[in-house]
Amino acid sequence: MFDKVLLKNAEIPNAHGIGAYEAAGGYRALATVLHEYSPDELIQLVKDSNLRGRGGAGFPTGVKWGFVPKDPALEKYLCCNADESEPGTFKDRVIMEKDPHQMIEGMVIGAYAIGAQKAYIYIRGEYVLSIERTEAALKEAYRKGYLGERILGTDFNLEMFVHCGAGAYICGEETALLESVEGRRAQPKLKPPFPVVEGLYGCPTVINNVETLACLPHIVQRGAEWFRGIGPERSPGPKLYCLSGHVRKPGLYELPMGISLRELVEDHGGGPRSGGRIKAVIPGGVSAPMIPESGLDVAMDFDSLAAIDTMLGSAGVIVLDETACVVRVAKRITEFFNHESCGKCTPCREGLDWAVKILRRLEDGRGKHEDLDQLERLCGSIFGNSFCALGDGAAWALSAALKHFRDEFVRHIEDGRCPFH
Amino acid sequence: MATGLRDKIEEVAGRYPNRRSAIMPALYLAQAEHAQLSGEVLLEVADILDVPEIWVYELATFYDMFHTEPVGTFHIQVCTNISCLLLEAEGIVAHLESRLGIERGDTTPDGLFTLSTAECLGSCDTAPVMQVNYAFHENLSERRIDEILENLRGAVGE
Repeated sequence: MFDKVLLKNAEIPNAHGIGAYEAAGGYRALATVLHEYSPDELIQLVKDSNLRGRGGAGFPTGVKWGFVPKDPALEKYLCCNADESEPGTFKDRVIMEKDPHQMIEGMVIGAYAIGAQKAYIYIRGEYVLSIERTEAALKEAYRKGYLGERILGTDFNLEMFVHCGAGAYICGEETALLESVEGRRAQPKLKPPFPVVEGLYGCPTVINNVETLACLPHIVQRGAEWFRGIGPERSPGPKLYCLSGHVRKPGLYELPMGISLRELVEDHGGGPRSGGRIKAVIPGGVSAPMIPESGLDVAMDFDSLAAIDTMLGSAGVIVLDETACVVRVAKRITEFFNHESCGKCTPCREGLDWAVKILRRLEDGRGKHEDLDQLERLCGSIFGNSFCALGDGAAWALSAALKHFRDEFVRHIEDGRCPFH
Repeated sequence: MATGLRDKIEEVAGRYPNRRSAIMPALYLAQAEHAQLSGEVLLEVADILDVPEIWVYELATFYDMFHTEPVGTFHIQVCTNISCLLLEAEGIVAHLESRLGIERGDTTPDGLFTLSTAECLGSCDTAPVMQVNYAFHENLSERRIDEILENLRGAVGE
């Protein structure tokens, strides 16, 4: 039985208050860091832990921090990406609603490592309880001297604020998030320069996901070796998996990184809801290409999923049983990306609009065989030709549906109707 | 002009090194006060922050949660993304359309309800879900919907 780390407080009543958090050992890691670690030693600790970003990209957190220029004259920023909007994902919301101090303590630790004196938490606007709990937790942390000037009697100062998103998926993309904090339309920017060099207000900026930051107090308290020992060494740690769709026991599960997808869905999730058969699983939010049932023995970590042309992403695991229509799912995913495209890059903006039109007629049974080739050509033209990963994710997800379930698309064309509805 | 709004906006503006960054929080504050971000309200926000009007307008029209058109007292947003779609969210939307006598995207003539479909609301394990003025309603069924609508109508009648 795996002992919960990130969710260990979540089941305690009123765990969101600072009293419960401190009683469970909260903010002791921060005291350790401020009194016993130099910023460089802290960065080395996080490098040694092999912690990789939980927002989706899986970039090593310590390495990202290490890229921040050391010049003390430069102002630096830390941003927490709490814009959780990847369909199928609800992990950061649980942390913010149930245990917001875990995220805040992680942020103070991260800010100390990179020398930031100002930090913003970018929370998606629809998460009103997350916003309320985080704002209240910030007030408590200021009052207790974990934020503000001369934190815990040291020379370290940090101000922290919430910035609310307002309903735009693209703000989860880090450069778009920064544009949004700066009061602009959230349209991604070409990298380089990377935000660690030139980010918020032109200053070096680190953007870390909520779950990534929540890991930090535990790494400080229990050590890099402990963390590295959970799951695969190159992609380790406790991991939050969001399970939904056609599954008996949907929910948020904290388990080691690298657990098999089959074990997650069948043992923890209780298998398919209907008692029937699983058709496919989306392993990491809708940007992650779907895996047919035959591929379910894959390990849930960054490298293993990448090796089979999909990704861990946000670990939003969506189960499709045999009653699901893949054409309809692919159409809805593409509609989502089309709606959320910021409109900056032509391949994403126009290509997705075109793909949606084709998918709608295919679902209705009005499609032609040539439409499938046209969709594949469109995916090829969108992928790799936009500034950010939104277009890539859309094209990648659609390509996988076409590749694994082409026969379902063909049946819609040949029957002249959807065989499922 | 409400001095209350000016004070609140000045307070949030202090969180950022420049005034442009305060436009989004200012729009939220203005929306809470005026319900709808009409052209006049956008001008007021630009005036308080002393930023070009276009900066305010371009944000109000980019982000879905800012309403430049009137919205009903109760804004119902039904998630129709994949996890909810798989658990028959379309049937939930159809039931709401039939009960409210409007189509998705519309507002009832009495101004009480606006019905929208939404992208993933981050509550996939309790699908199908909707938010009413951003409060979650989970594990929806047609019967649950009828109860929720009755409660909302009752809340206004009181």
